[in-house]
Amino acid sequence: MSTEQSVTPKLVVRDLNFYYGAERALKDINLSIPEKMVTAFIGPSGCGKSTMLRTFNRMYQLYPKQKATGEVLLDGNNILDKKQDLNTLRAKIGMVFQKPTPFPMSIYDNIAFGAKLYENLTRREMDERVEWALKKAALWTEVKDKLKQSGTGLSGGQQQRLCIARAIAVKPQILLLDEPTSALDPISTAHIEKLIDELKGEFTIIIVTHNMQQAARVSDYTAYMYLGDLIEFGDTSTVFTNPRRKETEDYITGRFG
Amino acid sequence: MLTLYARRRLINAMGLGISAVAMLFGLFWLGWILWTLLANGLPHLTTAVFTQMTPPPNSSGGLLNAIAGSLMMTFLAALIGTPIGILAGTYLAEFGQRGWLAPTTRFINDVLLSAPSIVIGLFIYEMYVLKIGHFSGWAGALALSILVIPIVIRTTENMLRLVPNTLREAAAALGAPQWKVINLVTLRAARAGIITGVLLAVARISGETAPLLFTSLNNQFWSSDLDQPMANLPVVIFQFAMSPYEDWQSLAWAGALLITISVLTLNIMARVLFRQSSTTY
Repeated sequence: MSTEQSVTPKLVVRDLNFYYGAERALKDINLSIPEKMVTAFIGPSGCGKSTMLRTFNRMYQLYPKQKATGEVLLDGNNILDKKQDLNTLRAKIGMVFQKPTPFPMSIYDNIAFGAKLYENLTRREMDERVEWALKKAALWTEVKDKLKQSGTGLSGGQQQRLCIARAIAVKPQILLLDEPTSALDPISTAHIEKLIDELKGEFTIIIVTHNMQQAARVSDYTAYMYLGDLIEFGDTSTVFTNPRRKETEDYITGRFG
Repeated sequence: MLTLYARRRLINAMGLGISAVAMLFGLFWLGWILWTLLANGLPHLTTAVFTQMTPPPNSSGGLLNAIAGSLMMTFLAALIGTPIGILAGTYLAEFGQRGWLAPTTRFINDVLLSAPSIVIGLFIYEMYVLKIGHFSGWAGALALSILVIPIVIRTTENMLRLVPNTLREAAAALGAPQWKVINLVTLRAARAGIITGVLLAVARISGETAPLLFTSLNNQFWSSDLDQPMANLPVVIFQFAMSPYEDWQSLAWAGALLITISVLTLNIMARVLFRQSSTTY
């Protein structure tokens, strides 16, 4: 099912199954996510694309009844292993959520929060890190004069870019984006899509989106999922223009979904 | 035959009318109480009230020792009850999804929340006052703190539950361990609500008489020794209001007005604080 690529895989998923209690939400998933590219997961609601994302940083472990079986290999190490430390894993794999989630603290402290967890930075280094992250997230010019103000006072689109800046300030290897623009207006969406394009040289980006045009615009590889199955995975232009599976074609052309 | 629209309007007007009457009925008594308090208390609220001690019968005096005693015991009670309440409430909200301990604690806390305060006074009397052999300010503060704890537990848990899970996930997604998520993010997001709860708890205990009757009792003279019986406004009001002496009765009115004003102020502060926070969140 996976296409043969010359690129190095960053994340290899093998026989992944996921359960919400007794309900099986992911069924024997196998795929390789290439390094420093953008991979999009598309599919109708409830197909398991967000669930997939939440296994990559084991976010599901906050909830007692959810469990995953199989393997997810990050540079060859199985991150589903019980011995894997969750916090160091999450420092390596950042995540941005559907709704902006600024912390109730200043813009500066929002960015510094994650960076402070695993690095001992001096005041000056931290200032530089905050500026670097905000510039990467294309937010610096808008907030550079009000870093001490509360992050909750920004607009929705700015808040979401703040969350992206906060995630990259930790310098993760992978960035998980869970429908990052679904709560935003078209202009903010355009900002963030441009951002994804600029960030992919440095990070491996995995994005879940409801918006097929968005997947076509920003991603290098696309995975189409339906009811917990991975139906098709390949490079984006092939999936969109010449899908191998009928189901994919139906979904993409809007005959279904 | 009424048209559908006219009938709806009629029913709406009736419902609105009944609600308004009920509201006015409640407000009427509250207004009357405040009016009586102001009319009887204000004339006696002189500087002497704040500068002199409670007098013997048929002589003039003030409430200084009672005010100081109330402040000290209330402050101590909040000091003891707040940390316990916040920690327990945090446990219930953040760790209480699994196991039997949290639901049990929550149930007992609900019982404690509605326990008659005189029972708590009797409990401290039995457990503390009898053991050391005399009434004391410590016993009073202890009894009041037992009233503070369940209120703070309840508000802390409720306020933390209002913090959206996405915020916890966002902090965890950065690699923050759970204690940091709670300390730096969720408790901070719920801060204003929790402070509001503490203020309301203080308002609640500042008028409590029953638990103090068996614990701190009263003291006619100035005393800042917490190991001795301690004067306090509610018990002084209780004693003075029932006496046949006019001086005492006037002081009781002044004291009652003082308590009401401070409770009202605390409530308003709590509201303002909570409103400010809910606009940012």
